[in-house]
Amino acid sequence: MKLTAQCFRPPNLTRAVLQLTLTCLILMQRVLKAWELLEVKSVLRDKIPVVRRFSGGGTVIVDHGTVFVSFVCNKDSVPSLQPYPQPIMAWSSLLYDQVFHGAGDFKLRENDYVFGNRKFGGNAQSIIKNRWIHHTSFLWDYDEINMAYLKVPARAPKYRMERNHSEFICRVKDFLPRSAFIEGIIKAAGTHFSLRFVPWDAIELSAAANFMPSSRMLTRQELKAAIDAEPESLLSQSM
Amino acid sequence: MALRLLASRAASQLRLAVFPRGFATVINELKYTDSHEWVKVEGNSATIGITDHAQDHLGDVVYVELPEEGATVTQGSAFGAVESVKATSDVNSPVSGKVTQVNSELNNSPALINASPYENGWIIKVEMSNAGELKSLMDAGQYTKFCEEEDAKH
Repeated sequence: MKLTAQCFRPPNLTRAVLQLTLTCLILMQRVLKAWELLEVKSVLRDKIPVVRRFSGGGTVIVDHGTVFVSFVCNKDSVPSLQPYPQPIMAWSSLLYDQVFHGAGDFKLRENDYVFGNRKFGGNAQSIIKNRWIHHTSFLWDYDEINMAYLKVPARAPKYRMERNHSEFICRVKDFLPRSAFIEGIIKAAGTHFSLRFVPWDAIELSAAANFMPSSRMLTRQELKAAIDAEPESLLSQSM
Repeated sequence: MALRLLASRAASQLRLAVFPRGFATVINELKYTDSHEWVKVEGNSATIGITDHAQDHLGDVVYVELPEEGATVTQGSAFGAVESVKATSDVNSPVSGKVTQVNSELNNSPALINASPYENGWIIKVEMSNAGELKSLMDAGQYTKFCEEEDAKH
């Protein structure tokens, strides 16, 4: 998230960032009530980091099996594209159709990428005056046990039909080889942009600069306060 | 027009339905920015929000990031953000000045921005520091034409 936020601010270059996640953490949307989204007691007990994300999108748990792809673009980077959520989603869905076409019953469904009716990719965007960012978190693989940290959100896509996490999501690795997945994304991005590869150790993450908007990690105090804020009727259900 | 072609092509490939959008409302008495904010001026006080065009393109608003009362805002710079499903978007101030009031109703009912973008969905009130900045804003007719040209380009 820090690298993506850093790319979002000047200089105004279009960037695509492909990241593999190593640790388990929760990316939470910017709402006022953490207890609506998380099993906060379990999160605190297991010391899972929770980051309130600057971009839109839902609350997800990411671990070693998650692959992030972010496009950080100037307003005019993609010809004829209006910088609004739906046009950006439509554009990215065409790009990813090049990657997943034929791998399964791939489609964009209510802002999610699915095979059939099971989600494998979630999307989020941030739009400022002259730039936009679109990122997707792909479930290359995931640990079932980690899904228990998340509640089923009150605001869920209709196609979810109240299914729990294990019935709602699926793994990309069950549909295509890793090399086809990674190389497919790179090839698809190359049909829209000229690509230049930058190794991770060549990137300088600025600790001093205060980028706005920015994601931030919630403190233990904030998570404990979320437990106190949870209605008693729901607390007794979760015990 | 190009936007409809892009959406139609995506819809066809991904088996989605695409419906044409109706025209957004524009209020005559207000002034407008090219980033789709509106401002209502009463004396030295400016009430600010986002336009019907903007809320329609953003979708259902689920969260609004508001500045603190007393904060300084600058014309053309972001003072807050609106989060719709899957996207956050900066809100830029049409004028410079000091925030005198924020619409705290938006904390509990962010959807007011969708339902009533020019009235109950107002976002902040500002005491202006330079009323001359209003001259750089569009009137209703200019803004309507701006939106039509913007939609036609994409």
